[in-house]
Parts: sequence; structure tokens; C-alpha cells
Amino acid sequence: MKILVPVKRVIDPYVNIRVKSDQTGVETENVKMSMNPFCEIAVEEAIRLKEGGSCTEIVAVSVGNQSCQETIRTALAMGADRGIHVLTDETLEPISIAKILAKIVEEESPGLVITGKQAIDGDNNQTGQMLAALTSMPQGTFASKIEIDGEKIKVTREIDGGLQTINLNMPAIITTDLRLNEPRYASLPNIMKAKKKPIDQKSPSDYGVDTAPRVKVLKVIEPPKRQAGIKVENIGELVEKLKNEAGVL
Amino acid sequence: MTSLFYIEHSNGKVSDQSLKAITAAIEIDGETHGLIAGSNIDEAVTEASKISGLNKLIHIDSSEFDNVLAEKLTDVLNGMSDQYDYFLAAATTTGKNVMPRLSALLDVSQISEIIAIEGPDTFIRTIYAGNAIATVQTSDAKKVLTVRPTAFKASEIGTESCEISKISPENISSISEYVGEELTKSDRPELTSAKTIISGGRGMQNGDNFELLDKVAAKLGAAVGASRAAVDAGFVPNDYQVGQTGKVVAPELYIAVGISGAIQHLAGMKDSKIIVAINKDEEAPIFDVADYGLVADLFQVLPELEQAL
Repeated sequence: MKILVPVKRVIDPYVNIRVKSDQTGVETENVKMSMNPFCEIAVEEAIRLKEGGSCTEIVAVSVGNQSCQETIRTALAMGADRGIHVLTDETLEPISIAKILAKIVEEESPGLVITGKQAIDGDNNQTGQMLAALTSMPQGTFASKIEIDGEKIKVTREIDGGLQTINLNMPAIITTDLRLNEPRYASLPNIMKAKKKPIDQKSPSDYGVDTAPRVKVLKVIEPPKRQAGIKVENIGELVEKLKNEAGVL
Repeated sequence: MTSLFYIEHSNGKVSDQSLKAITAAIEIDGETHGLIAGSNIDEAVTEASKISGLNKLIHIDSSEFDNVLAEKLTDVLNGMSDQYDYFLAAATTTGKNVMPRLSALLDVSQISEIIAIEGPDTFIRTIYAGNAIATVQTSDAKKVLTVRPTAFKASEIGTESCEISKISPENISSISEYVGEELTKSDRPELTSAKTIISGGRGMQNGDNFELLDKVAAKLGAAVGASRAAVDAGFVPNDYQVGQTGKVVAPELYIAVGISGAIQHLAGMKDSKIIVAINKDEEAPIFDVADYGLVADLFQVLPELEQAL
């Protein structure tokens, strides 16, 4: 079985976000970029399935500018077999990405697609579910455990009140939540080996997908700052303040 | 213009999250219709039909929908899409699961987790874990939106019932199947609806020590939460997690214990009315957002707090 893993390049999760002063967006020039953490979990899960013998090939896909090659290389260094880079300088909306991925699914016929549940830049949490709709596949979102059983996959999902278990017919789309696994670091020899793995370069037009944006960002601002309050000396003072000053006890 | 809002329910009640998020749907000009699903849910249907501002309630009266699967629900929503201009749901794990699937079926670019409505096609939402706030305008004719419940005030349940229409869809998709649920058992209120929350971080050192928080929570009638660090370390299950990748909460009182205050945690709780931080590291960033900070060893002061309440 082949597994397709879409990966996204985002601002590194440990970088402090700076909003541009002209309110057009967030500063991305000279900012450290990384693979979206939920996508790392997706790559790791695919590798574990391959190590466990239920997967024969892992294809990592990224849609974005030239630098996304690096993100694909990271996936290859972790253990993916080959990459597809859909080159575009535009920032595509999840619906457009999902349409491109749907075409790739049609060409590659993977048994599973594993994606991150959301990217930590746009926080949209859409692409996996949209891809599932466009390919008429079932979806196992926010997965914390997956088990393949013949033609079905059992997915344990993180839901608001606890955990939910569902069975999906394969092929299926899985989106990853935090506890699915802990992604590995790529070793130096594997980073070197990854340089020789093939990356196919494509463009959105190769897939005949209209990527015209529908959503216009009118402005981006900083959130209102919360002021630091006071320090209290002990629990007695804290409880007194909460009762008499804040009125929340 | 007509909006359709998907109403979640449990134990005969409309969920708090839906009651808050539906306020956004009602704020949009035109009629608001609700959709509720499940068999033998008369109590919840009656309550939902009395939501103030709701014009019509559609009840999918079918045991196929006792446990909602995205594949089935989106088939039904897609089938009635001609009648609606807006499709909304609370940004819960259910809303987030279902709405993008519908959005793609309708070829619409979804706007996720809106926190305010600026106009018929213009919405405000947070990006980058709440570190930036974007105002966005969509050119799609139909709009698919998820709504962050904490950003809206709960709608009232009135006395008058709106029109209720029952439907029983047939030939629904069966590419997925519900197996079961394991819900975290707790005497405490739900995190997302609690008026007071006490959360622990990596400073709690292990899962057993969360009992110290439970004792304080019992006195306060509070929910217990955790930072992602505490979840990652395996102290507590993921449904405790407050933060951008967990639950977004905005209680009257939020007490952060042994939590350093990573950006991703702050994103989930900084709209709380009063924030208390207890941490032995006086440099911890959590103190920058706390109304009341106490620099102390949590193992010493938590029992004191329990006694003092």
C-alpha cells in the first residue's frame, strides 16, 4: 500500500510572530521556517506503518514556493521515499490545496492519505476533510491511534469529551492529532541519503485546478495586549483579592 | 438570506457550545434555521426549538444519526444546500470535522473559527495561535463558517417553540462506521462551559499530583485543565488540554498552576476574565498575562488554597 503525506512549510512554532506594521499580514522574511508539527506527526505515522509492513511506499507532497523543497527533503530524510512539489508563489486556500491533492490521489491511488489536522499558521483545520469530500473517501480526523485491519482502518479520535473510535473503509484520509506519535529526528546519514531521493516538480496548472483566491485578507492586526497585574505574597492575600477585588469567588 | 446552524446536544440538552455559537448565526440578517440529529431526543429538540431568534428547527429523526459521522451528516446538509446561504456550526471537534467536508462539496472556501461578524461576507478570526487577528472577506456566494463559542454570548432559551420539521434521510453513505466512545468521566464541569478552571502544567511533575488540583477544583466547582506540556508528558489525557491545539476557554476565573505560559497555551485562555498564576519561576511568561501572580512552590500552596476556600 502506498501512503500519501501532504506536508506544509510554516513559520517555526518557536518563533515569535510579528504582525507587519502595514497590517497586510505576518512577517515571514528572514524568519525560521519548519515543517508544520502536525505534518511531522503524519510523516512519522506513515514511516511506522512502513516499518510495520503495511506500507510499501511513502510519497510526500508539498504545495508552495521553491523553499517547500526543503520541507519535502525533511520528510524524505525522516523516511519518505519520494516527493511531489507543486510549485506556486501564491498562497493557496485549503480548498485549492485539497483540489490539487485530489488530483494527485487520482494519479497515485494511495491506500491512505495522512495529513496534519491543521497548520499552525492559518489554523484552518480544513484540508484533510476537504480532500476526503473531493475524493469521496471516509475521514478519520484528529487521530490519536490507527490500526489497519484488512480493508478497514480503525481510528481512535480525540473528541471534546474524550475519545471516539470509528472504522473506515480504505482508501481513507487520516488527520493527525498530537498524541498519535512522537516524530523522529532525521539522522545525518538519512539527511545525506534524502538528497538523492527524487522530487517531481509540478504546477497547479498541470492538474487543471483553478486556484483563484476567494477569501481576501482585509487586514491583520495584533491582538489586544493583556496587562500584567500584581504579585501577591501568599494564598491568604490571593483569596482575599479574588473575593473582594475581582469578585470571582 | 437564510442560515442553517448545526446544533449539537447531549443528555437532553443543547450543548453550551452550540448555544453560544448559534448567536453568530442569528446575528446574520435573515432567517436562522437549526438542524439537530438523532432518534429519541425529544427533550433536546424541545429545548432547541425554543432558542430565541431561531425561526425553524429541522430534526433528522433517525437512529443512523445517534452518533454523528461526518460522511453521513454532510450528505444530508449537501442535499438541502439549495435553500441556504450560510452554513454554520460551533468550532467543536464535531463542527471542525463536519463543516470542511461540506464546504468542499459546495466548492466553498470555509472561514474557520470566526470570533466576530463584520458584514454579510466579512468575518474576523485569529491566526497563528491567536498571535494575529485577521479580518477576511469572502467572494463565495454561499458561506461555510465555524464559530468560536467563547467569542459569543449564549442565546436565551425562550418559552415559544419555533416550527419543527422532521426528516428521515435514506440511502446515506456507509463508508464509515461508529464503533464507540470513551468519555472522560468526571464530576467536574466541562472545560468549555466552566465558570472557573484550574489548570496544571509540567510543574505538576506527574499525573498523580493532579489530585491536588482536583481537590481545589472540588471546592471551587471548577473544571480541571492542563497545558500541552502536561499532556505531552502523559500526565493527563488530551481532552484536558487548554491551548491553540486543544480547547479555547474563557472562564470568569482561570488559575494556572505550574504552567510557564507558552504562546500556544496563552492562545487558549487569555480571554479569561481573571487570570491567576502560581509558579515558582518568577520570570515565567504566564505572569505577564496574570491579574494575580503568586511566586511559590505549588506543592506547598495548593493544599493551603484548598484549606482557604
